[in-house]
Amino acid sequence: MMVLNIKELPQEKYLLSGNAACPGCPEALGLKYLGMALDDKVILVVPAGCSSVIQGLAPGSSFRFTTLNVPFASSDAVAAGLAAAKEVVGEDAVVIAWAGDGGTADIGMATLSGAAERNDNIIHVCVDNEAYMNTGIQRSSLTPYGAWTTTTWTGKKERKKELPLIMLAHKVPYVATASIAYPTDYIEKLRKAASIKGFKYIHLHAPCPVGWRFDPKYTVRVAKLAVETGMWILFEAFNGKVTISPFSRPYQNKERRKPVTEYLKLQERFRTMKPEDVKLIEKMIDDAWKTLLKFT
Amino acid sequence: MRTEFITTNIAIAEGAIMAGMKFYAGYPITPASDLFEYLAERLPQAGGLTVQFEDEIASINAVIGASWAGAKSMTATSGPGFSLMVEGLGFAIITETPLVVVDIMRAGPSTGVPTKATQSDVYQVRFAPHGIYSIPVLIPWSAQEGFDLAIRAFNIAEALRTPVIILSDAVLAHAWEKVRIKDLTEIKVIDREMPQLKNKNSWLNQKSDLVPPMKVFGRGYGAKVESLIHDERGWYIPNNETYRKLVWRLVRKIEDKARFLWDSVTYLTEDSDYLVYAYGSVARPAYAAVKELRKESIRIGLFRPRTLWPFDYFNLKKASMKVKKVFVVENNEGKIFREVQRHLRGKEVIPLPLIDLEVPPPEDIVDSIREWL
Repeated sequence: MMVLNIKELPQEKYLLSGNAACPGCPEALGLKYLGMALDDKVILVVPAGCSSVIQGLAPGSSFRFTTLNVPFASSDAVAAGLAAAKEVVGEDAVVIAWAGDGGTADIGMATLSGAAERNDNIIHVCVDNEAYMNTGIQRSSLTPYGAWTTTTWTGKKERKKELPLIMLAHKVPYVATASIAYPTDYIEKLRKAASIKGFKYIHLHAPCPVGWRFDPKYTVRVAKLAVETGMWILFEAFNGKVTISPFSRPYQNKERRKPVTEYLKLQERFRTMKPEDVKLIEKMIDDAWKTLLKFT
Repeated sequence: MRTEFITTNIAIAEGAIMAGMKFYAGYPITPASDLFEYLAERLPQAGGLTVQFEDEIASINAVIGASWAGAKSMTATSGPGFSLMVEGLGFAIITETPLVVVDIMRAGPSTGVPTKATQSDVYQVRFAPHGIYSIPVLIPWSAQEGFDLAIRAFNIAEALRTPVIILSDAVLAHAWEKVRIKDLTEIKVIDREMPQLKNKNSWLNQKSDLVPPMKVFGRGYGAKVESLIHDERGWYIPNNETYRKLVWRLVRKIEDKARFLWDSVTYLTEDSDYLVYAYGSVARPAYAAVKELRKESIRIGLFRPRTLWPFDYFNLKKASMKVKKVFVVENNEGKIFREVQRHLRGKEVIPLPLIDLEVPPPEDIVDSIREWL
């Protein structure tokens, strides 16, 4: 396996300083790594969400990607049209629908599923900060069980939708999960996705200090803990065949996972959780691993 | 009665609860999100349910479902979300489903400026769904009216079996003001009429008010609710007779009651030479402008509709009988001006489209009017 050296990646900046991201923003990291991974080949399609705000207000506009900001329920459809036309005119482009968890799993679900089924030549990156942070921390279908949001005052009662598995079931050429705490892994996956023709799905775990209620300096720590506790599993799948990624591989063994409370206690959104809720989350982690390993 | 210091969004939520709302479906959108968040906590305390759906299409359709299950229901959104709701709204119109949609206008088109207001959706709320119909639209100018008109909106929806729109905007939405929260004894609450079970045919539309009783599900009626053109039984009959009968009734059940729906306020119009027509948030600086001009002994008054649709031409004609000029001040390119001009034929009607992401300040309105005096 090729080892990436982050210093040897393109240094051209696509997200400039002075952007409108909050302190400790994981999406800003995700965008920076995206520039490092694919340089100027990228066409971004961005529906409503934090990433439409991060681009900044003039004169502080700080976004250098070729970008099409689109309506909320549309990103994959617009991207599909773009990619198809690029093919017709015979030009190379990496078209990326860059959407949040709402723009992917809720309002964006229909166009996402449609593009996947047609195997449109695009990459969909779901930047999952697990709630509607841009409009003020409302729940999404990717908000985990027990988390506080402004529309789940007493903690969410439903589970997080298993979107990577749903995309796997679409039988698309490439599905992967990534985390902003593991840039090399994420960059490699972006490059692999860009080299494959057809529909590619990358689910990027992005802990949000504002919505998850933790100190902005801990963004990477929280993201790392998600992987180390087994809450978030890094994997990739070619044509439905799953491989657990190196950074997650140790945690196949339950004994090597850190206690999930280490992940939960850093985040105030889980403050209303009771011991039995924690037990339930532990069980969910076990189940998620068991299910995923069946596809390996 | 109690007095509270709240925003228009919260006032609308409280008014809706007072009117008996039991179900709210929503999807986050600026500047309507905080109304939703407030109800997420408050409505369960009042014995209701607030649910977040996956988009606005789902939200309005859930509200339609809830209304047929017998719960007074509401959703709130802003321009882009309202655009997604349009098909559902048309469905609510033809199935004569009582519900309330709060549209909190933001600057458009498309994403526009989510946090700022204009009055650009005044036609969208009335004419967006396809087909032949009429739809009542109420427009508050303060938090207090947010509360009062929310109750009125539910009453109209229930009495006429129709969707009703409350048209607020981003400025009003987050304006904190004193609001008199009335008690149930101080207000009138109307509930939908349901057929009598004993009389088998009582649900057939034989009444003069053109509003058939609603066969709410689970009450022993065996209802068939149809989005196709249907007769009184809910059977699809695609011929002229049925079509004309249905759509004329959909229009007339609103338009024939227009005089009950009209609700306009006039200020300083008794001796006026000039009249300002303004609605919603813009009526406030317009009123300040009128008072400012009065100081210079210019005899000018203000006409402010609280029901935007059906258009209150009757009271407008009355108020403008003796005036020389009518100024239509609005925060868009001059939309309602057309309607005013259409009804005041022969009168000099002047559009004053002051597009301002906040609210046009009184000085701007005074200056614009002065050019025409």
